[in-house]
Amino acid sequence: MTELAVFGGKQLVVLALIMPLLGALLAFTIGGRTARWIALLTALVELVVVVSLAWIVVDQQIVVEYQLGGWEPPLGVRLRADGATVLVLLTATVVMTATMISAHADWQPLPDQHETRAGLVFWTLLPALWAAFNTVLLSQDLFNLFVALEILTFCAVPLVCLNGKAETFAAALRYLLFALLGSVLYLLGAGLIYGLWGTLDIGLLALEISKLNRYPPALSLALGLMTAGLMAKTAIVPLHLWLPPAHAGAPAPVSAILSAVVVKAAFVVLLRLWFELMPGSADTMVAQTQGVLGGLAIVLGGVLALRQSRLKPMIAYSTIAQMGYLFLVFPLAGAASAWGAGLLHLCSHALAKAALFLAAGQIITHFGDDRIDHLAGLGHVMPLTLLAFGVAGFSLMGLPPTGGFVAKWWLLQAAIETGHWGWAVPILFGGLLTAGYVFRVLAVALRPAATPALAASTVPHTANAMILLLALSSLLLGLAALGTGLPPQ
Amino acid sequence: MVASTWFGLGAALIIGLSLFQVIINPEPLRKVLAFNLLGSAVFVLFGVLARRGGGRIDGVAFADPVPQALIITGLVVAFAATVLAVALVLRLLQAECATQDHDTECRIDD
Amino acid sequence: MTLTLFADLGLLIILLGLAIITAFARPAFVAVAAYMAYGLVMALAWVRLAAVDVALTEAAIGSGLTGMLLLGAVAWNQRQTEAHPRRRQIRLQVPATHPLLIIVVAAVCAGVSAVLAWVVVTLPEPPTLQVEQVRLALPATGLGNPVTGVLLAFRAIDTLLESVVLVFALVGVWSLADDAAWGGRPRSLRLVQHSHALTLLGQLLPPFGVLMGLYLFWAGADAPGGAFQGGTLLAAMWVLALSAGLAKVPAVSNRQLRLLISIGSLLFLAIGLAGWAGGVGFLGYPAGWSKALILIIEATLTLSIAVTLGMLVAGRPHRALPR
Repeated sequence: MTELAVFGGKQLVVLALIMPLLGALLAFTIGGRTARWIALLTALVELVVVVSLAWIVVDQQIVVEYQLGGWEPPLGVRLRADGATVLVLLTATVVMTATMISAHADWQPLPDQHETRAGLVFWTLLPALWAAFNTVLLSQDLFNLFVALEILTFCAVPLVCLNGKAETFAAALRYLLFALLGSVLYLLGAGLIYGLWGTLDIGLLALEISKLNRYPPALSLALGLMTAGLMAKTAIVPLHLWLPPAHAGAPAPVSAILSAVVVKAAFVVLLRLWFELMPGSADTMVAQTQGVLGGLAIVLGGVLALRQSRLKPMIAYSTIAQMGYLFLVFPLAGAASAWGAGLLHLCSHALAKAALFLAAGQIITHFGDDRIDHLAGLGHVMPLTLLAFGVAGFSLMGLPPTGGFVAKWWLLQAAIETGHWGWAVPILFGGLLTAGYVFRVLAVALRPAATPALAASTVPHTANAMILLLALSSLLLGLAALGTGLPPQ
Repeated sequence: MVASTWFGLGAALIIGLSLFQVIINPEPLRKVLAFNLLGSAVFVLFGVLARRGGGRIDGVAFADPVPQALIITGLVVAFAATVLAVALVLRLLQAECATQDHDTECRIDD
Repeated sequence: MTLTLFADLGLLIILLGLAIITAFARPAFVAVAAYMAYGLVMALAWVRLAAVDVALTEAAIGSGLTGMLLLGAVAWNQRQTEAHPRRRQIRLQVPATHPLLIIVVAAVCAGVSAVLAWVVVTLPEPPTLQVEQVRLALPATGLGNPVTGVLLAFRAIDTLLESVVLVFALVGVWSLADDAAWGGRPRSLRLVQHSHALTLLGQLLPPFGVLMGLYLFWAGADAPGGAFQGGTLLAAMWVLALSAGLAKVPAVSNRQLRLLISIGSLLFLAIGLAGWAGGVGFLGYPAGWSKALILIIEATLTLSIAVTLGMLVAGRPHRALPR
């Protein structure tokens, strides 16, 4: 298994990028009832590709690089996959595949219809979005990242208003405008960086920057603009206003993808900028500001999640809080465990959040109500869905041995190691808030209904299986991380 | 100062005022228009960098081709963004119109 | 030298004036018209910045198509407001409505401008920009236009993604249709019912426009021009013919239409994969074949771009096809 005859790591990196792209184009071109099967087939092939790539990278402990067209940077664009990349790639692949399988029966054309609007859009834009996300992970070129982030936005926005409800158009438009503002600031920054060194390759730039004694003002401005732009895209407080209506208003499978995968893309770029281009900037003003905003997001997101009366908005506000944890990585970057903690939190949140949104979607469809106070009797009629919801919720709040627990534990370790004890406060307080809103749901749902609750219909087994798979993956990720012992350096 | 630097200064000015409009203007179509202006000024800044990197061969001025290619890509991406935003604004206007007036006159092709 | 500097400064002042009108004019029509003029003057500025390829794209897409799109949207909004005078205008949430907060935002924006201006003036002499690298590598592609070399060879991945951006944006626009209208045609682009002048223009202009578009694509290999510029011109001609009522906008369920839209990206991807099979890597071109392959890609891209842009301007499907 170490060396596949035809496909080595290099080929797999390229395939990971182009398979979903090809799938999206074919689904669009052929359309009709076939679009869904093309997308599902794409997902399965992509799963094999990414698992193989992850296997090669982890097993051989190598970093896979690929120069597109054979042109070496700075002339050409380079793809690169290291251990961290393949972990996120694998997580996204699991989330996308599980979501697609659980949604496979939605938006089916009627017997006399050739294709439906929502069906074609969903099965075209989902693989397209996937290709864009993988490009964000793999590309080493600042401008190529811009194009990929834009495609990600253009695919995500129409999916928000897929159901055609009037209020979702406003949510989608606001999302688009925030994302565009983020992109244009990022692009401005990238342009300034090109002006300084004549290259956009992250590796070459890191080399140039490491040679500097003091940073030119243009570099500071560029990084400031790019950071601000990317923060708007990750919905960090106070740039979070667009997220709840978009993530809560979208159809559940789309919500799962938006909260689990799409918001993470800009964060990954942010990590690249600050950990690869500017290592050792943990004590700078920018990193401290990022941490403070992260802490605010944890508290504000948690409090607002507690105050929601409906399930999906609650889960959406929880995303704001959980993104906040990721931003604590920047001020704690001095500690060896911070990087691993951020990575682990990103992945375990992705898996848990996808499970929560998909479970909420099944609850709305089959229980007929997502008002939290009306969930009594849910445990009786939808035990498996609720079980998955609970497991995912435990990971979110950071109960051992889930991925969320290990990530938060490592973050606390980093706070202690760097001597910045203050950061422990939002970490612990945020855990309490999360426990508050998760238990609130569980407490009502486990209560017997006053009148025997009836499910409108039964949840399909495949959907339940996929939601459980996601929730358990988040749990297993924690066990695997504990198994490796110390956080990776 | 060479001409390209002047264009760079102009772009810096346009970036500031269109950024202000993007943040402050509540009218969706005007916001989209301001975005286009902002994007265009960012491209000019890119272009100024390209000119700086260029030179003159046989008396004909040339600019660094890489930023030029990036700008062309950027213009197409910006157009895609504009199309999507305008389509959303029109759809939103139509939905608003229908809920406010309870009639079917709010069609896009009248 | 001073004379050209004088001209450049004049150009810059016109640009600034038009930008200010675009940003601050009260009537939306004036703002959009100013933006279209701004785009045209900007095309001149690009020529002055020695970027003719950008100038062509700016004139075609930045000013032409974007302006047309915004003008249509503003006109529709205006008609609606006149027809329904009591209708509430849509207002987006903005962070600052209080005058004091607006001043803060203005100060921040002015700060960004000031810092950018300072950076522009103080940027160190251009370091190792890629001019030299591109010049050394260009002969291997067989192309004469370095911009096309960057777009189709060195940074082919950007161009591939750029071509799919248009496809997915179109899916996004179509996604806003009513469910009942799915599969049907977008609204008619006919501007007026019976305009002989427009019909005549629609009949006369396209042949020349098509020739010009094809020339731009063909010339793009060695001189300024290329798939996007040529495609835009072809799209404009198609839209003109549609507005004159000379042709019908195709229905979105039309298979041939979908293939025309995606064929450029698909072929680009296929040739990229063929390069892989041929041992030169994904998106690489075998020695001696590159110019031919690039021309094939550009020809198909020109076609796909023209159709996609035209459909993007036409908008979402609006009337279901009769069963």
